[in-house]
Amino acid sequence: MINVTIDGIKTSVPEGSTILKAAESIGVKIPTLCNHPDQAVKGNCRVCVCEVEGSRLLSAACVMPVWEGMAVKTRTPKVVEARKTILELILSNHPQDCLNCIRNQNCELQTLAEEYFIRDNPFSQKTRGMAKDYSTPALFRDPDKCILCRRCVEACSVVQSVNALGLDQRGHHAMVVPTMGWDLIDSPCVMCGQCIHACPVGAIGEVEEIDRLLAAIADPDTVVVTQIAPAVRVAIGEEVGLATGDMPMDVFAAGLRQIGFDYVLHTNFTADLTILEEGNELLKRLQEGGTLPMFTSCSPGWINFCETFYPDLLDNLSTCKSPQQMFGALAKTYWAEKSNIDPAKIYSVSIMPCTAKKYECSRPEMNDSGFRDVDLVLTTREIGRLFRMSGIDFDKLAGSHFDSWMGAYTGAAVIFGASGGVMEAALRTVYEVVTGQTLENVNFEVTRGIQGIKEAEVDLNGTVVKVAIANGLSNARQLMDEVRAGTSPYHFIEIMACPGGCIGGGGQPITKSNAKRVERINQIYVEDEACEIRKSHENPEVKAIYEEFLHEPLGHQSHHLLHTHYTAKNKKVL
Amino acid sequence: MSYKGIIARYAEVPGGIIEAFHAVEKEFSFLPEEAIAEAARVFKVPAAEAYGVASFYSMFSTETRGKNIIRLCESAPCHIAGAAEVVAALEKELGIRMGESTNDGLFALEFTECVGQCQATPVITINSKPYLDVTPDIIPNILAEYK
Ligand code: SF4
Ligand code: SF4
Ligand code: SF4
Ligand code: FES
Repeated sequence: MINVTIDGIKTSVPEGSTILKAAESIGVKIPTLCNHPDQAVKGNCRVCVCEVEGSRLLSAACVMPVWEGMAVKTRTPKVVEARKTILELILSNHPQDCLNCIRNQNCELQTLAEEYFIRDNPFSQKTRGMAKDYSTPALFRDPDKCILCRRCVEACSVVQSVNALGLDQRGHHAMVVPTMGWDLIDSPCVMCGQCIHACPVGAIGEVEEIDRLLAAIADPDTVVVTQIAPAVRVAIGEEVGLATGDMPMDVFAAGLRQIGFDYVLHTNFTADLTILEEGNELLKRLQEGGTLPMFTSCSPGWINFCETFYPDLLDNLSTCKSPQQMFGALAKTYWAEKSNIDPAKIYSVSIMPCTAKKYECSRPEMNDSGFRDVDLVLTTREIGRLFRMSGIDFDKLAGSHFDSWMGAYTGAAVIFGASGGVMEAALRTVYEVVTGQTLENVNFEVTRGIQGIKEAEVDLNGTVVKVAIANGLSNARQLMDEVRAGTSPYHFIEIMACPGGCIGGGGQPITKSNAKRVERINQIYVEDEACEIRKSHENPEVKAIYEEFLHEPLGHQSHHLLHTHYTAKNKKVL
Repeated sequence: MSYKGIIARYAEVPGGIIEAFHAVEKEFSFLPEEAIAEAARVFKVPAAEAYGVASFYSMFSTETRGKNIIRLCESAPCHIAGAAEVVAALEKELGIRMGESTNDGLFALEFTECVGQCQATPVITINSKPYLDVTPDIIPNILAEYK
C-alpha cells in the first residue's frame, strides 16, 4: 500500500492507483471527461488536472500513478483556473446547442460547464460545421459535438470488436469517423448503440421517433398497440427519478395508457413463446443431427454481427425470430382476430432497450402478417422522455392490468433481459420436456452474471448438453472463432450483443458503467423470483395460442409467422 | 503495378503497412480507398484502423491528387522567411488553393512540416525534391520543369 495525502486527508491505496482512484476512495471528486470507469486510460482532455507537491506542472489525475508520500491538491485556485481554461477551449469549438440537444441535462460537458460556472468564454466561438449522419435507422452521429475523448472508439473496438469507428487526421484536424470516413451505414456498424453509452456528450444518439407515435395516437382510426421488452421495466424508473427496478410493472402499464396507448401487451409473452419454439428447435437439431451448436437469435445487434462477420455460420443461428418480431407477426393476425380488430388499423409499437431493434423492424422480410409486423420501435430513453413530457406522477398512479391474449408472462420471460436468461429459461423448459420430470429448483445460477463468457452442462436423461453464454460481441467473437475452427464443444450458445444482455442495451437509460448494469441484472432476478409461474411452457396464454392457433411448436403456422432466415451482409470492408 | 501487388510485397514485413502505403503512394500519388481496404486485409487490421494510419500521416493523402506534389513548409522558420508570399504565388500560378489539385491532374498543393532545410528558407519540395530560398518570381521556372 502507498501512503498519500489528498487535500490534507491522509490515506493509503494499492500500488499502481492513479490520483483519480485514490481521490475517489476518500470521496474527493475530481472532474473527468475522457476517463471512463470501465475503459483504458485515455488522458487526452486534461480536465482532471491537480497540483502535486514539488512538481511545477499540473498532473492529469486519471493518468498519474501515486507514489509514497505524494501530496496532492485537487481544488487550488491554480487548478480551478486551469480546468476552466480547458473547458473554455473545448467549448470554443463546441456548438452552444444544449437546448436542442439529445443529451440536455445528461451531458458530462454541460455538467462541468455548469459546475465551473463558465460564463463569458474569452475564446472566440467556431464550430467545425460538419454534417450530421442520419444514414442508419437506429443511430445518428453529430460530429460537431464530438470532444474527441475516443470512448466510443474503445466501446466499438475493444468491447464489441466491430471496429466501425476510428480516427481521421490528427492534431487540430482530428475527427472520429466511421470506417474510411464514410457514412455509418457503410461501415460494419451493427447498430448496437454501445457507443451512445460511451459518449460523454450528444455526439451520438438514437434516431428519435416519438413524433410518429404521437401522430398515431392522434388518429382516431388507428389502434395503437404496444409491447414492452423484458429489460425495460428494471431501467425505466431511472428515467423518471426512481431507483433501478423501482417501477412496478402494473404502474408502468398504467403510465403507457396515460400516454394514449390503446392496448398494452407484453414482449414477455413472445419471450415465453420463443422458448417453446427455440427449445423444440434445439431438441430437433440434437435428435436429427442438425447444425450445431445452435445460436440464439433474439438480439438483432448480434444477428447483424453474425451476418457481417460470420456469414459462414448463418445455419447455426436459430431460425426463431426475435420476441419483438414474433409479437409483431402475431399482433396483426392472432391477436387482431381474437380482439376483433381490423389488422389494417393496428399500429404496432414496441418499447425496447435496444437501438438495433429499430433496424430489425425495418428489415424487408418482417412482414409475414401481411403488413409491416412492427411499425415503430421506441427505446427506453424515448419512453422516458414521453413520461417526463406527460408529467406523470408514478407515486400516485394506480396500477393497471395488461390486455388479454398476449399480455401474460412467466419469470422465464423476465430473465430474457439479462445475459444468460434465455439459456436458463430454455433449460427450465427443455429439462421438463425431455425428462418428463418436474424441475424443483428452477434457478440455474451458473448462467447468471455479467462475466463475458459463461458455460454449463446439463444432464438430460443421460444426454449431456453443453452450453455457453456470451455477452458483448468481442466475447461472442471468441466463441464464434472456435465454432469456425471446428473446436467448439458446445451444443447451444446464447449471445447478446450488449454487455450484461438487454439490460445494458443501446436504448437503455445512459449507462456510464458496468456497475449500473449489474444493479439492473440483480433486479431482473428479483422480478423472476416474484413471479408465480416461472417456466415458459406453463404460461396459460402460451398454452392457449398453441391450442387455438399455432397447434404445435415448429408447425406450419409457426414456420410462417415465427421463423425467419438470414442473409450475409457483404460489407465492402470490415 | 497494381496496388494489390505492391501491398503483397510488404505482407511479411512487421509493421509493413506504413511501408506499403509509402510504396502505393509513390505509384499512385495518393492512397485509393481500395488500397487501404486491401492493406487492412493483408495486415489483418480493421479497415477503420488502416484508414486512421493513412490519414494520420501528412505525407499520405487519401484523396485523389495531382501527380506532382508540391509541399510547402509551414513551420516557423519558413513562415518568418515569407512562406505566405510563396503560397500566394503558387496559388496564383496554378489557379488552385492549398490542399487542392489542378484540373489537369498535374499538380497538388499541400502544406508540410519542417523538412530540415531551415538554413535556406522558405523551402518547397516537389515530389520530395527540395527547392531552397524560394521567392515568388522563381516559381514559374521551377514549375516549368514538371510541365
Ligand atoms: S453535447 Fe452537451 S454541451 Fe454540447 S450541446 Fe449537447 S448538452 Fe450541450
Ligand atoms: S452502434 Fe455499435 S457497432 Fe455501431 S458504431 Fe456504435 S458501438 Fe460500433
Ligand atoms: S463521439 Fe462521443 S465518445 Fe466518441 S470521441 Fe466523440 S465525444 Fe468521445
Ligand atoms: S479525464 Fe483525465 S485527461 Fe481526461
